[in-house]
Amino acid sequence: MALFSKPQYSRVTVNRKDIPKGLWTKCPQSGEIIYNKELEQNWMVVPKSGYHFPLPAPDRIRMLLDENSWREEDAQLQTRDPLQFRGPSGAYLDKLAQYRKKTGLEEAVLTGHGTLGGLRLHLAVMDFRFLGASMGSVVGERITRAIERACEEGAPMVIVSTSGGARMYEGILSLMQMAKTSAALGKLREAGQPYISVLTNPTMAGVMASFASLGDVILAEPGALIGFAGPRVIKETTQQDLPPGFQTSEFLLEHGLIDQIVHRAEMRDRLENLLRLLGARPARPPAAPKPEEKTSPTESTRS
Amino acid sequence: MNATEYTLEFEKPLRELESQLRRLQEMSEERRMDVSSEIQAIEAKLEKTKREVYSGLSPWQRVQLARHPRRPTALDYVQELFTGFEELHGDRAYKDDPAIVGGPAWFGEERLMVIGQQKGRDTKGNLRRNFGCPHPEGYRKALRLMRMAENFRLPVLTLIDTPGAFPGVGAEERHVAEAIAVNVREMSRLRVPIVSVVIGEGGSGGALGLAVADRILILENAYYSVISPEGCAAILWKDRAHAPDAAEALRLDSASLREHGVAEEVLPEPFGGAQADPGWTIGQVAKAVRNAFLELSHLPTEELLEQRYQRFRQLGVYGA
Repeated sequence: MALFSKPQYSRVTVNRKDIPKGLWTKCPQSGEIIYNKELEQNWMVVPKSGYHFPLPAPDRIRMLLDENSWREEDAQLQTRDPLQFRGPSGAYLDKLAQYRKKTGLEEAVLTGHGTLGGLRLHLAVMDFRFLGASMGSVVGERITRAIERACEEGAPMVIVSTSGGARMYEGILSLMQMAKTSAALGKLREAGQPYISVLTNPTMAGVMASFASLGDVILAEPGALIGFAGPRVIKETTQQDLPPGFQTSEFLLEHGLIDQIVHRAEMRDRLENLLRLLGARPARPPAAPKPEEKTSPTESTRS
Repeated sequence: MNATEYTLEFEKPLRELESQLRRLQEMSEERRMDVSSEIQAIEAKLEKTKREVYSGLSPWQRVQLARHPRRPTALDYVQELFTGFEELHGDRAYKDDPAIVGGPAWFGEERLMVIGQQKGRDTKGNLRRNFGCPHPEGYRKALRLMRMAENFRLPVLTLIDTPGAFPGVGAEERHVAEAIAVNVREMSRLRVPIVSVVIGEGGSGGALGLAVADRILILENAYYSVISPEGCAAILWKDRAHAPDAAEALRLDSASLREHGVAEEVLPEPFGGAQADPGWTIGQVAKAVRNAFLELSHLPTEELLEQRYQRFRQLGVYGA
């Protein structure tokens, strides 16, 4: 009977969203084959299906900010191994070195300031390629410093999140980064400066249970996995089937957590309009002459 | 209570000696034999073994003690320490979460607001309390009570004892991550003193949602961790059986937590853990909590808030 049983293709994890090496990429949603160059030119969004691949942090910054306005801060902060973590697969610092080489990044977040449509803002962008964009001391410290600068300067804060959660290798100190970043946002709130949280695929656990959930406005890219506990853990714990679309952006819009789902191509305009509506002011001295006024976003993308 | 009912693996030599001792005592009574020298010898050996077993506990052994079914729970502390406790229920939005309890009470002559994660004392209780794993409404109830405390100038005491926030469909639909995040932010700005005591399990974000405080005290055998040892073992070792290794690597024990500045003070437990002498343990907590509130009561509010901010601000290790 077992002779002709079907091979269990369903066992293969289909969610490997890393970009495959080579010239062509297959869309996990539509199966469409896309030329990589085209995908990159489209900020890693599949043109026809609208599927959003993860976007490296440097590209995201280029996409969002006015040309040449980005100034990175705190790049000098370096990760240490405070627990001298002894895991089964080599030392924590060796692992970090691999990720540095692989991504060209020093850590899982880039922080700094710049202008968006001439508006001065402080920005943090996480990068999932770097150890699942997990939050350790450096990620927490960079984000906290960025928020504190926004607070001191009286400028808005934007954080583009993606993360598997707190970083196990730094133990309880990672958990404390949740408190540190959230406390800084408490100060920013009292200072009356807007904070917009942008959620991208995936944003989970400790990051979701801290700054990612605390935006005055919370935006999400379409189809992102967003939540606290991982779906597999929930399934194993509760022995319950998960509802369709569980923990996606669309599910969370329906359940009232996020304000809007915004297509990547629209994100910059939407942020600019929201920041203006919340009282953000142009940078002083004024940035280079502004391009022509953007029209207000279309209703169709306000899914 | 029957001590042998919940014998942990590493306690077996002790139970063996204890039963030898009981047999000798019975024998001496029944047969009127003088075995006092034998009894003395076994008592001495028992004392020595106890010291050996309990003074060199590994992090994993402490985790087991922190989860001991007979360990005093939040309401045991409330009952022993306070008078006139009025439990207040519900988040005024969805429902009451029995995994978090709270309300105002008298601590001697002083009023305070006490909030804690609550485990059950037996199977039935644990089902009702969801094994101390709160839902979002529990965190929102806690926030409501903290706001009330701020309004009426009551200091806040939180008792931390949870394996973690509950991973369930309902919890996600009602945004447990947001509930925790808001608590963390609001506790960092709450304009009354806050003291937290980790009395058992400090399970990750589920614990942190009640543990942003001016002082964090932790019982000797309690733990506080970014992830459960089992969860860490499953991810890194691909096998939950490696939980003892993970417990070691995570440095989740009380001494390590104080060393890293996450807790101010480690409160001693009797040999065998808190459940061996709950009254004594709770007394230690009472003393430490009273001192902590006394210290904090002298601070002007703005200074209190700034110190609390700096307390968390400086946590983290990095090079520059």
